Amino acid sequence: MSENAMGSTMVEEQFAGGDRARALARDFAAHRRKSGALPVAWLERTMRSVGLEVYTQSFSRKLPFPDETHERYMVSGTNVYGILRAPRAASTESLVLTVPCGSDSTNSQAVGLLLALAAHFRGQIYWAKDIIFLVTEHDLLGTEAWLEAYHDVNVTGMQSSPLQGRAGAIQAAVALELSSDMVTSLDVAVEGLNGQLPNLDLLNLFQTFCQKGGLLCTLQGKLQPQDWTSLDGPLQGLQMLLLMVLRQASGRPHGSHGLFLRYRVEALTLRGINSFRQYKYDLVAVGKALEGMFRKLNHLLERLHQSFFLYLLPALSRFVSIGLYMPAAGFLLLVLGLKALELWMQLHEAGVGLEPGGSPGPSVPLPPAQGVGLASLVAPLLISQAMGLALYVLPVLGQHVAAQHFPVAEAEAVVLTLLAIYAAGLALPHNTHRVVSTQAPDRGWMVLKLVALIYLALQLGCIVLTNFSLGFLLAATMVPTAALAKPHGSRTLYAVLLVLTSPAATLFGSLFLWRELQEAPLSLAEGWQLFLAALAQGVLEHHTYGALLFPLLSLGLYPCWLLFWNVLFWK
Amino acid sequence: MAAAMPLALFVLLLPGPGGWCLAEPQRDSLREELVITPLPSGDVAATFQFRTRWDSELQREGVSHYRLFPKALGQLIAKYSLRELHLSFTQGFWRTRYWGPPFLQAPSDTDHYFLRYAVLPREVVCTENLTPWKKLLPCSSKAGLSVLLKADRLFHTSYHSQAVHIRPVCRNARCTSISWELRQTLSVVFDAFITGQGKKDWSLFRMFSRTLTEPCPLASESRVYVDITNYNQDNETLEVNPAPTTTYQDVILGTRKTYAVYDLLDTAMIHNSRNLNIQLKWKRPPENEFPPGPFLHAQRYVSGYGLQKGELSTLLYNTHPYRAFPVLLLDTVPWYLRLYVHTLTITSKGKDNKPSYIHYQPAQDRLQPHLLEMLIQLPANSVTKVSIQFERALLKWTEYTPDPNHGFYVSPSVLSALVPSMVAAKPVDWEESPLFNSLFPVSDGSNYFVRLYTEPLLVNLPTPDFSMPYNVICLTCTVVAVCYGSFYNLLTRTFHIEEPRTGGLAKRLANFIRRIRGVPPL
Repeated sequence: MSENAMGSTMVEEQFAGGDRARALARDFAAHRRKSGALPVAWLERTMRSVGLEVYTQSFSRKLPFPDETHERYMVSGTNVYGILRAPRAASTESLVLTVPCGSDSTNSQAVGLLLALAAHFRGQIYWAKDIIFLVTEHDLLGTEAWLEAYHDVNVTGMQSSPLQGRAGAIQAAVALELSSDMVTSLDVAVEGLNGQLPNLDLLNLFQTFCQKGGLLCTLQGKLQPQDWTSLDGPLQGLQMLLLMVLRQASGRPHGSHGLFLRYRVEALTLRGINSFRQYKYDLVAVGKALEGMFRKLNHLLERLHQSFFLYLLPALSRFVSIGLYMPAAGFLLLVLGLKALELWMQLHEAGVGLEPGGSPGPSVPLPPAQGVGLASLVAPLLISQAMGLALYVLPVLGQHVAAQHFPVAEAEAVVLTLLAIYAAGLALPHNTHRVVSTQAPDRGWMVLKLVALIYLALQLGCIVLTNFSLGFLLAATMVPTAALAKPHGSRTLYAVLLVLTSPAATLFGSLFLWRELQEAPLSLAEGWQLFLAALAQGVLEHHTYGALLFPLLSLGLYPCWLLFWNVLFWK
Repeated sequence: MAAAMPLALFVLLLPGPGGWCLAEPQRDSLREELVITPLPSGDVAATFQFRTRWDSELQREGVSHYRLFPKALGQLIAKYSLRELHLSFTQGFWRTRYWGPPFLQAPSDTDHYFLRYAVLPREVVCTENLTPWKKLLPCSSKAGLSVLLKADRLFHTSYHSQAVHIRPVCRNARCTSISWELRQTLSVVFDAFITGQGKKDWSLFRMFSRTLTEPCPLASESRVYVDITNYNQDNETLEVNPAPTTTYQDVILGTRKTYAVYDLLDTAMIHNSRNLNIQLKWKRPPENEFPPGPFLHAQRYVSGYGLQKGELSTLLYNTHPYRAFPVLLLDTVPWYLRLYVHTLTITSKGKDNKPSYIHYQPAQDRLQPHLLEMLIQLPANSVTKVSIQFERALLKWTEYTPDPNHGFYVSPSVLSALVPSMVAAKPVDWEESPLFNSLFPVSDGSNYFVRLYTEPLLVNLPTPDFSMPYNVICLTCTVVAVCYGSFYNLLTRTFHIEEPRTGGLAKRLANFIRRIRGVPPL
């Protein structure tokens, strides 16, 4: 661990409220079943009885189209939070323990543990930072509403009531998901919105307390590889690394901690897993780990900043630092740069070669004027960008029209429009060529490819810097075919290759790889269903949480890919 | 220290038998007082006040003999012609919404234009601040109310504020001469939830782990006031033990209050049981669990995210059902938050609220902070939001604190208001009424004055990575720059011998005269 203030685990955990937590969880579940929603009044009463300052926040949000995975469209709910005021501190800093509650009555054990921990923490005098105990309704939507109201911003068009109580700058947050009284292991999720990760120290903190309490902890739902000397360990590590890359590349928040990262609050999600293992831990063990973590976070003098923010995890105790993985992406992008340079030199030679008069260039003789090449660029660039814009705007805008004229629901309409526009883009070359004068065919595609290569390199370069996994995944698939694309040779082979490496196909393939790595392989039909669901979720997450994957693909990479498609079918 | 103690004792004893002190009336007096108030939230606030008054013109008369007034402070007043001094050390935050208006507010009769005002939000208060404060008391912590001041209990509270106020007061009604008043106050809030295991009962021993044993012999008045406003004739809601001999009624902060009074100088009080341990038991807990908050409270926060911009927002709550009142808001913001004054917006009930007075003094980098003062009318039963956007400045690398990632503090804003009261109060004579009365100045019968401080804020500034690689980069860049600079200088500069100068004005003048005379020039 790099942070000095959290150096050792020399904390004596005294939490012993297992029975209380279980009783509270039972009460909560009963009240929840009775009312069918979050039992706000009961939560308020209970939090107040353990000595917290209690506030509620109501919010409502109309999703752009019905969310079929979570079965919600018009959402309104109430968040309840209690603040434990640190004695003799002026509420300048705080820590958050949050439990997201979904529509069903899962997570009631987490609520029970949260309340029992609150009661225990309230009796201690060593707190230097306020602690906020937050229970959100409609899981991540509630968290987003609360965070936006806490920071008094409106990023996603959420309507919510202003917060009455605040506790300064939030330093760290832990989200808890537990659905059983006994757990066999704790799974930790770090990947947040847009591939943001919490500081590595927070993860290390969790791991040290797991080790101290003898808790079994997992990453990506998998046990730690034990034996690094034989081939098995590294292979398992690779598997976990790939899983993390896929999860991070998806850019979606894997747990409600993911939304905290936007506000520079280091956060992670702990999930209790109850499988068929023999050794089980009760809520006291989980509570003690949380108590230890909070006491250590309480010691922090500065925000967590000492350790890495950019890393990949092949195991819980090992990481690949940015210095090691960045060169790989750099070399991939170098291919694009070199290819662009080659094209530039070819174009230059061709231009120079004609001037002395007579002698033909390396390939077909090219007309001297450079203007022709540039003029021919405008049409494909504009049309492909327009396609991208249509892909971004039309599905959500035209859902009602589509739902009226075809026998589909709104959510299906969005996904199908998305696919239709995507496929329609493939017909682009035939349409653009009518507009473009083809006086200089060879020179034209070279200039177009040069522009497309630079455009792709710039985009991937930016993505790699912010979300390495996404950038690397896209670079690994798109760069080779992009570098090869040309309107000569076997066009069908190139066309198939290009389609297979288009962003949508990459998403489709990633889903299969993902399930393969999780050892739950997909059939083709299941894969297709999952693909459609993933598209809908991608669009929804952009509108509800501000995930950037959808606009990035539709406004940036898809038009760029269309340019290569254009190059391939250049006449 | 051990050597100094007997010496001090000796000095004190010497004038005793001489008797000239008795012959002349004492020109200084000490009054001490403890007020114990249950707060609306169930916590218990204890406020100590020690007031030393000295009828002496310290700055005019060359005073060398000090009796009750501490010499250290007296010399300070005499040497630096101090007009007034208020110094307070506070740890914790007075939660106005749950605890009601604060008891210890700065005096209302000072104008900030003539005041040097400073706040150190980061400073921690500890026993090392309490000990010298206790030493200023004539009885130190040996006798009287100050026996209760035990550091390990006082610093286990949710709020701790100790202060020293020195000011001149009028010696008589026509104010022909002045006296100096030293008021030492200490206010603590005991967390009923932790100390009482959820019950709201308290006793002196449970709070301070001490009881009162003897009065301070130097004090002319030594009293304990216990707020028993809910105490009624049937004696059903609460019970105080020992039963008070007298009670005192007054209008405090707009509501009528009843206090049980215990006079330590009353010999029967302590000699009955050798010590006095006041206890309060609730027979029936107060009915309303969540009493309505005070009429005025405020909240302040930083909104937005990212390290480039942000917004300072202050929410002012007026919960009075039908009265609007004005509030004076004073903000001092450090220069490294560059305020955009054109973004200042004040809205109440969804409408723009135009302040009737604005005074703004822009910051100067590294010299002075922004000063923003506004008089805002708060409509009845409303929330007024005052917000102003800022940009975070990039500091020079030596200007960062040793822990830059902790963030930088912005001191609290100060709210001053005349809040309408529920009960009309009558003007009081300060010298006769209990000391705590002067904490709640009343301008007229229908209003009372409140000064609130909002929470301090912690703002993160864009911070360079002060890690080892960063230092290495800084150092190597410096070395390279110095080497490169000198090499570049050597390589690009051309050297040539400078011809001797033609001389100054005097020489030229001389040559001119010589030329006229036909003599060769110098």
